[in-house]
Amino acid sequence: MKIALEHLTRSFPGIRAVDDVSLEFTSGRIHALVGENGAGKTTLMRLIYGMLRPDSGKIIVEDRERSFAGSQEAIACRIGMVHQHFMLVDTLSVAENVVLGAEPIKRGGIDREAAREAVRGDSGRIGLEVDPDALVGDLSVGQAQWVEILKVLYRGADFLIFDEPTGVLSPQEARFLFEILRRLRDEGKTIVLITHKLDEVLALADEVHVMRRGGFVGSIGGREADAPTLARMMVGRDVLFRVERPVETLGAPALEVRNLCLPRRRDQHPLSGISFTIRQGEIFGIAGVEGNGQRELAEVITGLRHHTDGEMLLEGEALPPLHPRRARELGVRHVPADRQRTGLVLQMDLKDNLILGEEDSAAVSRWGLFRPAALTSLANERIRSFDVRVSDLEQAVDELSGGNQQKLILARELAHELKVLVAAHPTRGVDVGAIEFVHRELIALRSRGLAQLLFSSELSELLALSDRIGVLYKGRLVTVLNAGETDEEELGLWITGARGEVESA
Amino acid sequence: MIALLFATLRTATPLLLAGLGGMFSERGGVVNLALEGILLTGAFTAATVSYYTGSATAGVLAAILAGALIAGLHALMSLKFRVDQVVSGVAINMLAMGLTEFLMWIFFDSGSNSPRVDGFSSPEALSGILTEVPILTICALLAVPIAAWVLFRTRFGLRLRSVGEHPEAADSLGIRVHLVQLQGVLLSGVLAGAGGAFLSLNAHYFVKNMSAGRGYIALAALIFGKWHPGGVLAATLLFGFTESLQGHLHISWLPVRFVQMLPYVLTMVALVGVIGRSKGPLALGRLFVKD
Amino acid sequence: MPDPKLKGGLPPIAAWLRRLGLIAVESLWPPLLALALSFAVGSVIVLAIGESPLRVLSLIFLPGLRSVDGFAHVLFSATPLIFTGLSVAYAFRAGLFNIGGEGQLYMGAFLAAVVALSLPEAPRPVAMILGIAAAAAGGAIWGFIPGWLRARFGVHEVINTIMMNFIAVGLTGYCVEYYLQESGMIPHTAVIPEAFQLIPFARGPVGAWLGLNRANPLGFSIILALLAAIAVAFLFKRGVEGYRLRSVGLNPQAARYAGIAVGRVQMRAMAVAGALAGLVGVHEVLLYRHRYLDNFSTGLGFLGIAVALMGKNHPLGIVLAALLFGFLNTGALEIDLFTEVPRELVVVLQAMIILFVVAIGEMATRRRRRRRGRQ
Repeated sequence: MKIALEHLTRSFPGIRAVDDVSLEFTSGRIHALVGENGAGKTTLMRLIYGMLRPDSGKIIVEDRERSFAGSQEAIACRIGMVHQHFMLVDTLSVAENVVLGAEPIKRGGIDREAAREAVRGDSGRIGLEVDPDALVGDLSVGQAQWVEILKVLYRGADFLIFDEPTGVLSPQEARFLFEILRRLRDEGKTIVLITHKLDEVLALADEVHVMRRGGFVGSIGGREADAPTLARMMVGRDVLFRVERPVETLGAPALEVRNLCLPRRRDQHPLSGISFTIRQGEIFGIAGVEGNGQRELAEVITGLRHHTDGEMLLEGEALPPLHPRRARELGVRHVPADRQRTGLVLQMDLKDNLILGEEDSAAVSRWGLFRPAALTSLANERIRSFDVRVSDLEQAVDELSGGNQQKLILARELAHELKVLVAAHPTRGVDVGAIEFVHRELIALRSRGLAQLLFSSELSELLALSDRIGVLYKGRLVTVLNAGETDEEELGLWITGARGEVESA
Repeated sequence: MIALLFATLRTATPLLLAGLGGMFSERGGVVNLALEGILLTGAFTAATVSYYTGSATAGVLAAILAGALIAGLHALMSLKFRVDQVVSGVAINMLAMGLTEFLMWIFFDSGSNSPRVDGFSSPEALSGILTEVPILTICALLAVPIAAWVLFRTRFGLRLRSVGEHPEAADSLGIRVHLVQLQGVLLSGVLAGAGGAFLSLNAHYFVKNMSAGRGYIALAALIFGKWHPGGVLAATLLFGFTESLQGHLHISWLPVRFVQMLPYVLTMVALVGVIGRSKGPLALGRLFVKD
Repeated sequence: MPDPKLKGGLPPIAAWLRRLGLIAVESLWPPLLALALSFAVGSVIVLAIGESPLRVLSLIFLPGLRSVDGFAHVLFSATPLIFTGLSVAYAFRAGLFNIGGEGQLYMGAFLAAVVALSLPEAPRPVAMILGIAAAAAGGAIWGFIPGWLRARFGVHEVINTIMMNFIAVGLTGYCVEYYLQESGMIPHTAVIPEAFQLIPFARGPVGAWLGLNRANPLGFSIILALLAAIAVAFLFKRGVEGYRLRSVGLNPQAARYAGIAVGRVQMRAMAVAGALAGLVGVHEVLLYRHRYLDNFSTGLGFLGIAVALMGKNHPLGIVLAALLFGFLNTGALEIDLFTEVPRELVVVLQAMIILFVVAIGEMATRRRRRRRGRQ
């Protein structure tokens, strides 16, 4: 099945997620759709699958223009999608999950034999081993992924979209998945694989389409593609951060992490054997595609998760598993990745958000009661020193711009004696002015001798700010590079797994 | 001993019907505290209608209709107006309590109980067991395998379970989540309404606040029975048995009050997981909102 | 540079008034509309019976407004509802739903009676403090348990508080029946020692000055209830704990990230909520009956939910809503005496008020969000 897109555009408040994209998915081939996080790949596929409607542009399925009001209509058009997050009901059996919504009926009830047969038929044909009567909740992550594929096949899809299907799979499972995708292609189905792992692309794709910042960059044949070219197309060169970074002499080790491990759980990416040292006055950047363990690493260091193996040392002293409050008291501060969900209480006002977590400090309260005058002057002082643009202290935080929200969090977290700052995506979704401000602030902290762990999906940002950059890939720190001796291209190869082929987990 | 068995079955009947009803609501993800109010309304409606028509069957049918109406109100509040399901249930129970007492004054000019109603009379040929085991009890027992079949073997049951567990997944497959939930809630009204009818027809009276917390016991049985028809049956029989025990055996060392507390204590223990954790549908109480 | 408006932009009083006006408009119309709608439906019912809605309405509200004595009765009836309403609101502040007020108030009342009965020799001042503390402690224990189960095992508090309502009824009933019973139709304990008894205002000089009837039961519990409301309001506004409750209630994730011990805040919140409900024991046992009466509460805990919803979980709103319900309860007697309308009309009205209040409130927030989204 062939699908062509013509000038497809879709905006969300504040961003153009898909910007005038025209491209063609030719029939019977494996197409890779690649790009960095936030490049618009998933949004584009959701437009095709009917989960979103385009603002403008055309979707042409087999030479007929289509407009889907919902995913049912796309399903009826033989389009199927395997979502990045499982859409499976854990308490139902494999067969029940597969037929849900399109159940075969016999004598008033569900024809269970037909459902099982459908599962056996499809799985046998493409070489999967799945017990139709097993409960989905008991399956491994890999097997759950097979069920998702069976669901799509059961509905007779000829056009199959896979959104980051290997994110949760082990290397062996991933190789097996590729085997299946090839088999499906040989049956004549059209496959779109959303990914940012270049090794997968090179191993599998007949055609590669690259997106960057909502726009379509170009297509390239799978044979002609090579890693450096793709990395360059994905990363682009249009953002250059210029930051004055004075040369500093590094101090004593501030944070040492030795052989840190975290087990795999459904809601937790595993970490294995992470070791690094950050010295005073050093910014240690972590590069990596999202979902490779960054969140877990940040949360372990700040006491929000507890590691099962390995150790952490703060200024040479071993840290026991900490409560987040204790970690803060010891001088480990966190600027969390998702400022709206975990950094702020959006329904509370500015003043209240400025003291979250330190409400009982003597600076603002005494005998369990706030001192309004002290609170106001403290809030004013913080707002002033971090240049948060607000109309008054009682302004609701959800009315602030992203940049001002981020400055608010910085104002709160940096107003203390601190030893280590964990900053996760501190400039994500903020305006240029705020980006500059944040960068200056981080560099100033570096000059003051603070050790920093910086997570970012912008490679240029990491290169501009960091002294050294570690690459996190599938829960491992696969390399540590000196920022001055590497570039985006090399990092692009590392974060997509194209270099440093990881030994199987 | 046989008498105790029959008493157990009779005591368990309204609990069983309400418990199965609650199962259809909660399996679809809608918390249903309104079971209490539905039982009460069903009991009142059955007594009133059979008093005026002289037909117990008419009474039961009317009770079922009234139960479905109250359940429909719960669905309207929680699915359409997006009111917290617990709040809606609590308010509906208050409404049922006030309304039944209010209407009792209007219809019977009494604040305490209705006049005597006949209830079901069993045909001569079938006397014996049927006098001891009312027809509604038999229906309730039959409802267990039927409910199991509906829940585990039919398209409706499958969709209901998927909606209560992972509404987003169901939605991604084109299932209309709120419609399926509405059907589950209405079904709970039908069953609990019939359970209410049993209360008043079996006692031959409607008495003020007749349900007396049985809706909550049914909810407890639902949790204790792990949201499973067989489990609900076992739990309601257990709760019915303990309640009947006090009337039949006079055991001085086991105070009545403690026996009455048993369902609640057991339910709390079950929730904490001392005897194998009782976990409800994943999306229970969380309203699905499509953006 | 900070915004110049931060200091001395708007005169503080003007800003305050503006905000007050905004709050008034935004938060007052849903309850008032709900009230109007419930009365409208109530009027239809009254008309169907063949009575005049106006007459019923005036019978409900006039007795409380006609005399100080009448209003004192309304206040008396509102007192336990202030306690249970505050209890619901306090837990709700931390994002928890306390429908266990009923059980908590039984335990509070019972413990107050037990402490009083077991300390016949206690001197008056000690007795007063002990009595009140016992009522609060009884409720606090009963509230703490579901809070602990929530924080420790992640069991939702709604089911557990319901279960514990029934367990409280059984437990207190058992103790009263087997250990403390005095003969009588309804099981009840002996009269508590005099040192523990609160004397209604009507028997003192204040009563005579206000012109209260000798039999008027209003007493110290209303003052305690109003003090509790002020304390809770103050805590919500100025207290560090109030701040923690709010951040945990609004965004437990962010609270956890910032180092607030979410579980502990939840446990404390449920214990305090229980204590507030338990203070009904002061009203019921120490002031009103001077003994513990089995099964005395006629759904006071559940009415507390209604009061809290109607009062938008704000102490001032709760006092006003409790007053409204107090009027309805005292008026119920009048309509029973003087019309063909059964007094249960009032219960129907109260239930309808909740249904309308929550439905309208939910729609109002949705509309506001939509309007904001469009901007």
